[in-house]
Amino acid sequence: MPKMNLSHFEAAFLFSLFTSVVMGIVTKNNDRDRLHYGIYTFACFMIALFGLGWLMYFGHG
Amino acid sequence: MAVKEKEEKQPAVPIGAWAPAVALGWLIPGGGHFLLKRTGRGVLLLIAVTSMFVCGLMMRGYMFQPQTGDLLTTLINVGGFVGDVAGGILYLLTVWLGYNQPDVAGHVHDYGTKFLVVAGLLNILAMVDAFEIAAGRKE
Repeated sequence: MPKMNLSHFEAAFLFSLFTSVVMGIVTKNNDRDRLHYGIYTFACFMIALFGLGWLMYFGHG
Repeated sequence: MAVKEKEEKQPAVPIGAWAPAVALGWLIPGGGHFLLKRTGRGVLLLIAVTSMFVCGLMMRGYMFQPQTGDLLTTLINVGGFVGDVAGGILYLLTVWLGYNQPDVAGHVHDYGTKFLVVAGLLNILAMVDAFEIAAGRKE
């Protein structure tokens, strides 16, 4: 099996993508709400990812 | 004085109505949705869970064994094992074909381990969704 070498960002991006798809599907009752919730969840992941990334960057000194 | 509202009890759903969808949903990610004629959602679940699991394998993630010891060891290993097993056929094939990896240090391997466990946990969410559809509580 080929080996996959991902950076922190790439791994977190993929994680966010797959998780958002499932969260969108299982949470809401119609397709429009599912799409909106999936996008919302993905955006929250990205905001947290960049926010925590910069926080660690500044916290590191 | 707070007014107590009576909780409406939902009627018990016969096991025959939901068990096949939940069992198939465990075995094949999205399988419960296929059985319940929610093909589009089933395909998306299948792609998302399988992709996550395969990415975890390709990152050489570790598959947990149900070890016991102190509380934290038990929680991590048994919880991780349950998450791995929830992957259904993906987990079974991985173990049977010998693709499970030893635990090694490194951030990519750590991510891989988390991907494998979370793929199983997402499949549990899909199984719960299939149960709710089969029970008539959801469209």
